[in-house]
Amino acid sequence: MYFIEHLIYLLSALLFVVGLKQLSSPATARRGNLMASFAMLLALVVTLVQYPPITWTWIVSGIILGSLIGAVAARTVKMTAMPEMVGLFNGFGGGASALVAFAEFLHFLKDHTPQASLAEASTIQLGMLIGAVTFSGSLVAFGKLAGWITGNPVTNRFIQTVTALLFVATLGVGVYLVLGEPTLPLFLVFTAGALILGVLLVNAIGGADMPVAISLLNSYSGLAASAAGFILGNNILIIAGALVGASGMILTNLMCKAMNRSLANVMFGGFGVEGATAAAVGAEGKTVRSVDAEGAAMILGYARSVIVVPGYGLAVAQAQHDLKKLCDLLEERGVDVKFAIHPVAGRMPGHMNVLLAEADVPYNKLYDLDEINDMFPDTDVALVVGANDVVNPEARNPKSIIAGMPILDVDKARQVIVMKRSLAPGFAGLDNPLFYLDKTFMFFGSAKPSMQDLVRAVRELS
Amino acid sequence: MSDLLLALGVFAGSFGIGYLLISRVPPQLHTPLMSMTNAISAITILGALLLFSVEMSPGQKAVGALAVVMAIFNVVGGFAITDRMLGMFRERSRKS
Repeated sequence: MYFIEHLIYLLSALLFVVGLKQLSSPATARRGNLMASFAMLLALVVTLVQYPPITWTWIVSGIILGSLIGAVAARTVKMTAMPEMVGLFNGFGGGASALVAFAEFLHFLKDHTPQASLAEASTIQLGMLIGAVTFSGSLVAFGKLAGWITGNPVTNRFIQTVTALLFVATLGVGVYLVLGEPTLPLFLVFTAGALILGVLLVNAIGGADMPVAISLLNSYSGLAASAAGFILGNNILIIAGALVGASGMILTNLMCKAMNRSLANVMFGGFGVEGATAAAVGAEGKTVRSVDAEGAAMILGYARSVIVVPGYGLAVAQAQHDLKKLCDLLEERGVDVKFAIHPVAGRMPGHMNVLLAEADVPYNKLYDLDEINDMFPDTDVALVVGANDVVNPEARNPKSIIAGMPILDVDKARQVIVMKRSLAPGFAGLDNPLFYLDKTFMFFGSAKPSMQDLVRAVRELS
Repeated sequence: MSDLLLALGVFAGSFGIGYLLISRVPPQLHTPLMSMTNAISAITILGALLLFSVEMSPGQKAVGALAVVMAIFNVVGGFAITDRMLGMFRERSRKS
C-alpha cells in the first residue's frame, strides 16, 4: 500500500506539472485547470484512504462548509472584483498552512525527541512565519483592493523602523524556540509577531503597486505549503508548493520589470500616493483641448485604425461592456480596432485581459507592449480609457521618477483621445505631458456614462 | 538530516521545473495562472487532514477543522473561478 500511495502522489504531482504546462496557450488552458483540480482530488482521496481520520465528523463538515462557500464565491463574484478575490484566496491558503504548523507545534510540544527536534522545530517556525505573513498580508491586500481600507501606502521612517525591529525580534523568538525551550506562550508571541509583520509590510505598498504585492503573496502561499510539506515530510506538498512559489516569483519579477523598479523599492519605497504631489511638473500655463462625445465620435468613426489602451479606471467604472459595444460599432464602420495591454495596467497581472474577456473581446485583438508599440505611428487614433502612468511620456525623461518605465507609445499615434475624470495625476503623482499635446483631445467625465454617450454618438454618425 | 536534504532537493527540482514551465505562460493568462496556482497552494489541506489521523485534543481538533475549511475553500473556489475565467477567453478570426 505504501508503494501505491506514493505512486498516486507522484501521478498527482505530474498532473500538476502537465496542467501548468497546458496554461501556455488559451486553447488548452481550461483543460490544464481541470487536470490540476483532478490531481488535487486524487491527492485528497489517497490521503483519506491511507490515513483514515479517527473521527470523520469534523473533516466531513469542514469540507462541506468550505466547498460550499468556495463554490458560491467563485460563481457569484464579479469579474471586476477579481483582484481582491485572488487576494482573499491567497490569504486562506497561507492561513491554512499556518494552522497546520500550529497544530504540528502542539504535537511537537507533547512528544519531541531531542535528536529530531532541531530540523522539526525550525521547519515548524518557518512554516508559521511564512503562513502567518501570507495570511495577514493577503487580508490587508484584500481590504485595499476592495476599498475597505486606504489604497495609499501607509509608511514613514517610524513605521519602517518598527517593521525592521519587529522582524528581528520575531526571528529572535523563532531561533529561541528552536534552540531553547519551546513553550506555547512564546510560540503565540512568535505567531503574533509574524501576523503584525504581514500587516505592516503590505500596508506600506500603494494601491497601484498591488500587482507586485499580489504576485509576491501568491508566491508566499506556495512557499507556505512547501514549508508545511517540510514539517510533515510530505513530498507532494513540497512539490506543489514549489511550483506555486516559482509561479509567483516569475510574476513578481515581470511586474517589477514593467515598472522598472526593484522589489525593494516597491515594498519600502512608499510609492503610489494617489494625487499626492499633484502637478509636480505644474499644469499652469498649459492648455488642453477637450472634446465632447460627438467630437470624439467623429474622430473615432472616421478613422481607419484605432488602438484602445485600457487602464484601471475602466475596471473601476465597470465600463468594459460599453467599450465592447463601441468597438463593435467602429468595426461595423470598417475601423480596425486593437487593444494595447500594459503588464501593470490594473491591480493584478493580466487584469485587463480578464476584464475584456468578460466583455467578450476576442483575445487575438489584445496586444502586449512589445507587439503593439511599433504599430502606434501607423495608427490614426489612440483611445486611452482610464489609464495614465502607463502612457506617460515622462518615462522617457531620464530625470523623471518614472524614468525607464516601459510605456505604451500612444503619443506616436496621429491623434489621441484620453477619457478621464479630470487632469489629476496617476499613482506616481506626476503630471502627464501627453494631455497637453496638440494632437491630444481630453474627453472628461467618468468612464461609464462617457462611454455610453460615445456609443450613442457613434451610432448617430451617418 | 538526510531526509531534510532530500526534501530540499525535491523542493529545488520542482521550483526549477515550475520556473521553466511558467515562464512560457503568456501575459494574457496571468490572472488565471495566479488563481490556479492559488488553488494548488491549498494542497496544504493534506496536512490538515493528516492531523486527524492521530488522537488529538479538542483544541487541536478546532485548529485542524479551521485549516480544513480554509484550505478547501481555497481549492474549490480557486479552481472554479479559474474555470469560469478561462471559459470567457475566446478567439475569433481576426478581422482585417
